[in-house]
Amino acid sequence: MIDVIHIVLFTFLAVIAIAVIRLRDLFAAVMLMGIFSLLSASLFTVMDAVDVAFTEAAVGAGISTVLMLATLSLTTSKESTLYQRPQPMALIAVILTGAALVYATFDMPRYGDASAPIHHHVADYYIARTEGDIGVPNMVTAILASYRGYDTWGETTVIFTACVAVMLLLGGGRTYYRWRHRDDAEGESDGP
Amino acid sequence: MIRHVILRVMSKLLIPVIMLFALYVQFHGDYGPGGGFQAGVIFGAAIILYALMFGLETAEAVFPPRVLELLVTFGILLYGGTGIAAIFEGGNFLDYSALAHEPVHGQHLGILLVELGVGITVASVMATIFFYFAGRGRRDV
Repeated sequence: MIDVIHIVLFTFLAVIAIAVIRLRDLFAAVMLMGIFSLLSASLFTVMDAVDVAFTEAAVGAGISTVLMLATLSLTTSKESTLYQRPQPMALIAVILTGAALVYATFDMPRYGDASAPIHHHVADYYIARTEGDIGVPNMVTAILASYRGYDTWGETTVIFTACVAVMLLLGGGRTYYRWRHRDDAEGESDGP
Repeated sequence: MIRHVILRVMSKLLIPVIMLFALYVQFHGDYGPGGGFQAGVIFGAAIILYALMFGLETAEAVFPPRVLELLVTFGILLYGGTGIAAIFEGGNFLDYSALAHEPVHGQHLGILLVELGVGITVASVMATIFFYFAGRGRRDV
């Protein structure tokens, strides 16, 4: 039963990915990317990764879609239809990379395999000690905020850096200041 | 302001619920799925929805960009400050067990403060980025 859900969701993902590639209307493409994220979130939920699903739904389907739409309102919502010659080298590179990735998945442990290395490196320690050390029912929060607090600190810094970069690129306080005082400056330069 | 009555009324109904849900996700992250990052994104989405429905000027009056910029740094400083406070209490950086007499209480307090810092930073970053995108065409051209 769960396999059927997986197959249906993955089929939808593939269909939407192909549709996004073929669409010329960027508005529809952005909307489809939102649906893509929502389907990924459903997949994560089926795989019992609720926290990851939550993040995917909030970020992928929510904020990214809105930011993409804001960008479209600044530019145009039609992809330019400039015809380009087919690039056989690009196709070969994509097929080779894809084949390598598929080949690499054969080495990965089966989904849900209890003896997979990922479940035995530090996971045993977390599962055994979270209740006594942290006393928080949600183990994901305990790992993210306490055991791996240093990593989360780095992630928060990354978000902060992204915000600073956007502020600098899209016109920071100085540009705004210049705009507000533009009339004064022009008046002075025109005077003499 | 957009004239669509249905959208405006529905978003007026929804925005407080979205914000309340963000706070629930924020402070219930210890017990269920969620945490500071998700809560921040949801709260930022509520601000963005408000800006979409009622115009950028109204939204900037309610959530002044200066205050949001201060909150961006405040959240990350709250996170780092919790880590520094743990050093002053005799532990390592971000070792919350040192924050209270009982190590488990210290962990609870530390996780709460750290997640709050993440939530504040993420929410204000999302709103700030949107304001910069949306206001671009009007400000400096």
